[in-house]
Amino acid sequence: MNWLLDLTPDEWNAVRLSIKVATVAMLASLPPGIAIALLLARGKFWGKTLLNGIVHLPLILPPVVTGYLLLLTFGKRGPAGAFLAEHFGIVFSFRWTGAALACGVMGFPLMVRAIRLSIEAVDRKMEAAAGTLGANPLWVFATITLPLILPGLIAGAILAFAKAMGEFGATITFVSNIPGETQTLPSAIYTFTQVPGGDEGALRLTLISIIISMAALVASEVLARRVGRRMDIE
Amino acid sequence: MSVLVDINHRLGDFAIDARFESAGRLTALFGPSGSGKTTLIDMIAGLIRPDKGRIEVDNRVLVDTGAGIFVPRHKRRIGMVFQDARLFPHMSVMSNLRYGRWFTPAAERYADMDAVVDLLGIGPLMNRRPAKLSGGEKQRVAIGRALLASPRLLLMDEPLASLDEARKAEILPYIERLRDETKIPIVYVSHSVAEVARLASDVVMLAQGKVTASGPTEAVMQRLDLLPAEERGEGGAVLDTKMLRHDEAFGMSVLGSAAGEIRVPRLAAKPGAPVRLRIRARDVMIATERPAGLSALNILPGTIIAIGPGEGPTVEVGIDCNGATVLARITEQSRQALKLRLGGKVFAVVKTVSFDRANTGAGLPLEADG
Repeated sequence: MNWLLDLTPDEWNAVRLSIKVATVAMLASLPPGIAIALLLARGKFWGKTLLNGIVHLPLILPPVVTGYLLLLTFGKRGPAGAFLAEHFGIVFSFRWTGAALACGVMGFPLMVRAIRLSIEAVDRKMEAAAGTLGANPLWVFATITLPLILPGLIAGAILAFAKAMGEFGATITFVSNIPGETQTLPSAIYTFTQVPGGDEGALRLTLISIIISMAALVASEVLARRVGRRMDIE
Repeated sequence: MSVLVDINHRLGDFAIDARFESAGRLTALFGPSGSGKTTLIDMIAGLIRPDKGRIEVDNRVLVDTGAGIFVPRHKRRIGMVFQDARLFPHMSVMSNLRYGRWFTPAAERYADMDAVVDLLGIGPLMNRRPAKLSGGEKQRVAIGRALLASPRLLLMDEPLASLDEARKAEILPYIERLRDETKIPIVYVSHSVAEVARLASDVVMLAQGKVTASGPTEAVMQRLDLLPAEERGEGGAVLDTKMLRHDEAFGMSVLGSAAGEIRVPRLAAKPGAPVRLRIRARDVMIATERPAGLSALNILPGTIIAIGPGEGPTVEVGIDCNGATVLARITEQSRQALKLRLGGKVFAVVKTVSFDRANTGAGLPLEADG
């Protein structure tokens, strides 16, 4: 145990940074994730197939390609990157925020899929019933739809978190591998494997990575079961 | 209080072209499945937008396609009880009941929680989840939930259709209390003659998207020819009678009607209480002279006022018994043998045992303890 927790400052930084990046990526992609899932599950509009394709792109493209596209768009000279930096002071390139963006984008299709499936499973007759009781569409969503899709939301969020914990290719391409700023667990492990005598460090971080991922999975199971028991849908 | 519906609507190759107006306590939309009754009620609730037409409740225009008016469902304040209850699975019975109250402007809240809970007998269910309720309990909670939103009108879409006979018998008295003890007008969708005859003050009969008859229940239910084929056998006259006395020695009750006294199996209703009676046409025999040496107890003198073709070898005969109309279904052969014709003096004969729970409205447990 001591051996496992006896980390160098750089290793600790990598662990902390990974959890921070994954958490921010998960939380930030929830609102757009729900919105896009709603649009895909219920919307009837021209270009729906196209939107669905774009959302799924990060799943099928090589991560390096996604990372490079992010660099082109959100980099210092990229159109979106320049705009955000100038008007909102948000800088992505070579910052941990960029790592979070890359992780969020990579986990997005998984999250949207899980949420979309749970939205499609919602009995719309329940929503109609809530409408006849005086609830406007916004209230119906907040009091009926949202609670009913909660298990799907949890599943989607955990999937996105797990994906973010493991994301490597897009992150290293977009924001490089800077210890303390953009060096997440996978990048740190990669760095260890590239230097002589790094085996021990790589193994330690690998074990920690496994523990965090397992903990997230167990937490989601427990949460989902608790929500499921409370709901008890016939 | 009135409901006016006048709409044109097309769903695939099914067209609805219906117009009716009703000011009754409980208006039944009655017809076979596929006649458009649920579509009509969904339009009143705002769940379906009609292609063309106008819907008014209590002189408030809810839909007028000509003027571009369509009040969204959450602003109509029309309660709805669905066939499948639709209780919110993630909320307790209590939260389900309180749901609509929350959205009702304080000044318009007239429904009282305790009174509604008491009326429906759902007090012991408050902390349970919908999944833990029986079909009948769910439906009672659903009625309570709709009532507690203080609606201007209550719609009920075949609330008993998915329940077995025992559960139906459990719910019916509550709907009668709702009709008699609250002021909310009710529009009730049903395909069952027994339910309509027992509950409705007014009937709108539908077939293939069109209104075939509408008016007071007693009048509309005489149109046996309009009943859906599978319900023909249940069709018959509906009489509003009064409980006169019980005949404990023989386990019978005696009802007073315009046609005379009618003896039925013992009911729970107290003397003086109104009892709505349905006499199935197939249970009525016709005699041209007062029969003697006959076991049937109810022999009602009257005059033939209508003879119409029935299904197959039958004819349907309307007999005016001192202002109350009794319907009889007999064979064409009998009609010719007895030389029945309009204006003829006859006797309608009904066996006491032909009355059962389904066609004597009162007499169920609820009245026994009240």
